[in-house]
Amino acid sequence: MNKQEILVIDDEPQIRKLLEIILESNDYKITQAETAREGIILAASHPPDLILLDIGLPDKSGLEVLKEIKTWYSKAVIILSVQDDEESIIQALDLGAADYLTKPFRTGELLARIRSVIRRNQTGSIESVLDFDNLQIDLINRIVKKNDEILKLTSTEFNLLALFSKNAGKVLTHRYILKQIWGVGYQEETQYLRVFVAQIRKKIEDNPNQPLHIVTESGVGYRFN
Amino acid sequence: MISRKYNAAFQYVISLITVLMAAIGCYLFIDLINYKIVALLLLMVVSLLAMLFDIFPVLLAALLSALAWNFLFIPPLFTFHIGDTEDILIFMMYFVIACVNAVLTIKIRKVEKKAVEKEEKEKTIKLYNTLLSSLSHELRTPIATILGAVDTLKDSNHKLSDKNKGALLEEIDIASVRLNRQVKNLLNMSRLESGIMTLHLDWSDVNEIVFGIIGGFPVTTHRFIFEPDETLPLYKLDGGLLEQVLHNILHNAIQYTPDGSKINIEVKGDDQNCIIIISDNGGGFPENEIESVFEKFYRLPDSKTGGTGLGLSIAKGYIEAHSGTILLENIPSGGARFTINIPADASYLNNLKNE
Repeated sequence: MNKQEILVIDDEPQIRKLLEIILESNDYKITQAETAREGIILAASHPPDLILLDIGLPDKSGLEVLKEIKTWYSKAVIILSVQDDEESIIQALDLGAADYLTKPFRTGELLARIRSVIRRNQTGSIESVLDFDNLQIDLINRIVKKNDEILKLTSTEFNLLALFSKNAGKVLTHRYILKQIWGVGYQEETQYLRVFVAQIRKKIEDNPNQPLHIVTESGVGYRFN
Repeated sequence: MISRKYNAAFQYVISLITVLMAAIGCYLFIDLINYKIVALLLLMVVSLLAMLFDIFPVLLAALLSALAWNFLFIPPLFTFHIGDTEDILIFMMYFVIACVNAVLTIKIRKVEKKAVEKEEKEKTIKLYNTLLSSLSHELRTPIATILGAVDTLKDSNHKLSDKNKGALLEEIDIASVRLNRQVKNLLNMSRLESGIMTLHLDWSDVNEIVFGIIGGFPVTTHRFIFEPDETLPLYKLDGGLLEQVLHNILHNAIQYTPDGSKINIEVKGDDQNCIIIISDNGGGFPENEIESVFEKFYRLPDSKTGGTGLGLSIAKGYIEAHSGTILLENIPSGGARFTINIPADASYLNNLKNE
């Protein structure tokens, strides 16, 4: 099997070195760029399977790079940001980033995100019945089963759960979810979202207070597993 | 200093009035006292003014009192003419003494003020040094651990048993996490102090936030007790900041209560306030230290190493950024209780069961 190629765009030599060692020892092929300009040229001339993009680049913000490459680069971008910069993270996700990691990050977390994003890259079409441990979601017949028992969900609850499950592993921002489910004009109405997520959790989670399926990404959105 | 409290115009007017009143007062009793005694009385008034006011109003008072004394008391009366040579001498001496007196008193006040300022500055420097050395200790200890462990792994790799290698790596791990936490605290503190912090208000499920924070702590022998109120409304507040507030307070409780202690969390509120009460059954805080607990870099005497004394001050800062309050008290039966009150809009949407 061909090695997956990852382009790292980060101006810190230490981070690039670290990522090089981690990624190569996990059987990925890595190319590196230390400026936004160099990164965009590399991504265009030799499109990688995944881009790890630092938000704070010297010549241009990572968000601008993302905006620029997203018009012609269709594969995944994972954003690397510093802690507590939820604003940029939300913007990056709304611009189409597949995921994000905050520095400092743990290696296990990095590899898990990369694997999850590459897996999503490869599955082109979504199956009609999705399986998550004890949960089965039939998108066509609109049926949700937990431990083989059919759950009673309202129409909105199902739509929300379907949106989550189609994007399993991916962080969805509040704005994105609100726009998809309730439409334009409801993007700031997060109280609806909180209420429905709480209701769905009561139905699908074994322990709604320590949810395993719909996980809150603090200040950013939700991630479905 | 006192003179700073009065503005210049006020000082001039009061000097004027005081001198005139003293002069008129003396004039009323002119039959009882010798006019030379009047000079001493007026001199006293000028000295008193010098203790309170700036130099120019006092010099004005000195000049005015000299003229008043001349006009009202030195024969011939009601003229500025002085007949007697002795009186001319006394008048001149009066004026000089009044001025010297004013200048000296004010000089003494200035020196005193400087001494007080110097003392205060020294106190601040001493406090700052204590904080800096504690902070430097907190940051350097993990760095020293990391460097030491890395050197050992590099230099004597072949001599180390696998078990010891694993132990060194574990030390590096612990030290890095600790360093990261300290740096995060310092960054949060400087962000708070810079005043550039903006609140990201959003509808928040406080019960969910509490469960998230509790679940995020590594398993210890401490026991969290939280019975969520299912009818609690959503509150419009900065959930990310509230998470850090709760994390810091609970982290503090875990660090400073004995193993096996219970930590109780209660969330309640009405449609304008979200109230969170965190109590434990540990030893509580020394009663005379309670006021200082939220001060920046403050650490209880003899508290164990591993903190910067920032956690609770950040918590307080974040709550105050919400115009809220945090109260710490000891529970009579033992333990400490934090009561947080955050004014926030409430939404009861979650209690509507119909869709």
